[in-house]
Amino acid sequence: MVAPMTVQSPLIRTAAPHSHHPVSLEPSKIVVRDVSVFYGAKQALDSVSIDIPGKAVTAFIGPSGCGKSTFLRCINRMNDTIPGCRVEGAVEIDGEDVNDKAIDPVVLRAKVGMVFQKPNPFPKSIFENVAYGPRIHGISSSKSELEGIVEASLKKAGLWAEVSDRLGAPGTSLSGGQQQRLVIARAIAVNPEIILMDEPCSALDPIATARIEELIDDLRQQFCIVIVTHSMAQAARVSQRTAFFHMGRLIESGSTEEIFTNPRESRTQDYITGRIG
Amino acid sequence: MTEIAAARLKKRHAAEGRFRLYGRMAIIVALSFLVLLLGRIGIQGYSTFTTNTVSLPVYLDPARIDPADLEGSNFDYVVALSLLKRMGETEDEFGSASDDAMALVSRDLGFQILDKVKADATLIGKTVTITGPVKADADLYYKGELKRSTDEADRKLNDRQLDWLDRLKKSGAVTSGFNVAFFTNADSTEPEQAGILGAVIGSAMMLLVTALIAVPMGVMAAVWLEEFAPKNRWTDLIEVNINNLAAVPSIVYGLLGLAVFINWFGAPRGAAVTGGMVLALMALPTVIIATRSALKAVPPSIREAAWGVGASRTQTVFHHVLPQAMPGVMTGAILSLAHALGETAPLLMIGMIAFNPGLPEGFTSSASVLPVQVFIWENASERAFHERTAAAIVVLLVFMIAMNAAAVILRRRFERRW
Repeated sequence: MVAPMTVQSPLIRTAAPHSHHPVSLEPSKIVVRDVSVFYGAKQALDSVSIDIPGKAVTAFIGPSGCGKSTFLRCINRMNDTIPGCRVEGAVEIDGEDVNDKAIDPVVLRAKVGMVFQKPNPFPKSIFENVAYGPRIHGISSSKSELEGIVEASLKKAGLWAEVSDRLGAPGTSLSGGQQQRLVIARAIAVNPEIILMDEPCSALDPIATARIEELIDDLRQQFCIVIVTHSMAQAARVSQRTAFFHMGRLIESGSTEEIFTNPRESRTQDYITGRIG
Repeated sequence: MTEIAAARLKKRHAAEGRFRLYGRMAIIVALSFLVLLLGRIGIQGYSTFTTNTVSLPVYLDPARIDPADLEGSNFDYVVALSLLKRMGETEDEFGSASDDAMALVSRDLGFQILDKVKADATLIGKTVTITGPVKADADLYYKGELKRSTDEADRKLNDRQLDWLDRLKKSGAVTSGFNVAFFTNADSTEPEQAGILGAVIGSAMMLLVTALIAVPMGVMAAVWLEEFAPKNRWTDLIEVNINNLAAVPSIVYGLLGLAVFINWFGAPRGAAVTGGMVLALMALPTVIIATRSALKAVPPSIREAAWGVGASRTQTVFHHVLPQAMPGVMTGAILSLAHALGETAPLLMIGMIAFNPGLPEGFTSSASVLPVQVFIWENASERAFHERTAAAIVVLLVFMIAMNAAAVILRRRFERRW
């Protein structure tokens, strides 16, 4: 039995200091009870239960194939689009079950935005990328209002200064990091309450990663953010809460500080010290 | 390096060299056949694009033209007599001299005189100069395809007729020029009068019908199968059958068109609309397959991006996936239409082989199309029609190349939108 140890890795100590300040968390925004996911006959998630607070960043960590992305996709019902995928259990946002028949996934996904691993701007102009969501949801009533939304969203995503003079340029002409911020702006533009991020920095260089991490830290003032990451250092830097997944099960969740310094489970300990992964 | 390794390396290089050689040889063989084919058609068809016309003063003999019955008067005979007079010959008692003369100039001259006299009856008794094509056999003689060295019994023109033709040419009455009539006339029983315009218009009308049916239906079917359909045994069955339909011989579609469209629905026989419907059935599987592969090539990340901001499935498809797939869809559609343009067998089944001396009157009236026109002329017994076959093939190929070029241009145009 390995004795509980304090993680002293300098990598993790580089974490932005505010991440470790005690945060007064809002009551749980997302309540998950006994969620299991099956791809055909294969079970990907086994009765996961967790409470995710609003106005904070919750990080999901775990080795590849542990089910953390699958779980993330349960929250905005993205799993519906995968043939043969079946979800059991309850995912409640503000007390409403997202799998309820009365919930329209189109409305749900406007409330729960998503950012993917690989930046995936539409092959349209920068402006059109951001304007698309408000347009299909009928959020703006006039062209000037739409332009206002686009500008505000790009500002929130920290991209406005770089692209304000070329909104007509293709979104795909931006660099990887800029594309990922464009995609975040696109998600923000429809006024979501929750933003899901599936390894948003795995395709980016360290400088672009740092910018996205700063952005995530800014955005948590307004949104409930759930981020899946491979990098424990990133989880330590940006999140207030951390959940560790292994082999389709939620092993442990708690405040980030606690998970990284004093995990209750030995498997968590093994993972964060690099013994499994 | 050991000796064995060196030997093996040498062998590998030799194998690679051999493989490249085979590749080059295959390309050279393919290209030389293409050059041979196009060259032969080009050379054969080229002579059709020029033709010989004759200018002849014709005495409108009042004794032979009845103003009360112009349609019943034999204007061909009037033209023949003028030709004989010009040659310094007279009609013999059996009428064989005028027969020989009539076999040299097109009946078009007689029709021109009829029109003139109808418009102005005072011309009767005067001499008018008429210009029109020579008969196809005379044209072949001028082009060197009918030779004097052939035994007189084996050629269609006798020595006397050839002498006359030589004298006409020498006197400057016959001139060679661009064959306008070939591009402005429909089919005719007289080879020198037969043209391609009727078939070109018929083909265009038929292709329009095919495009209007096959492209929207094919694209919609592909979108449903690729983006909406559940993956189960039924959709698998549909998919397998669509792939099989693409391999069904085209004549089977002709039989289907005959049995269903004509015999059951009462569609007009040999009309552009019926041909278009049959070819649409034939083109449909190809359009579906091309569209599906274009849709498959759109990265799934685009779909996820659209779903992620709350677009519905339909919005995702029509705002993002289909526009992305458009170059592939257009290319597939145009190529399958080009294939339909060259199709002959199913059209024979639905009666498009009828002889149509006029331009098609509408979508529901009898029409000719290019490949069938080629077939009809190639089957004709007169040699002058065979020359037209090659020219019609050239026109058909120009159509095909134009369509393929359009496919390439459209592809480039759409792809330029990043």
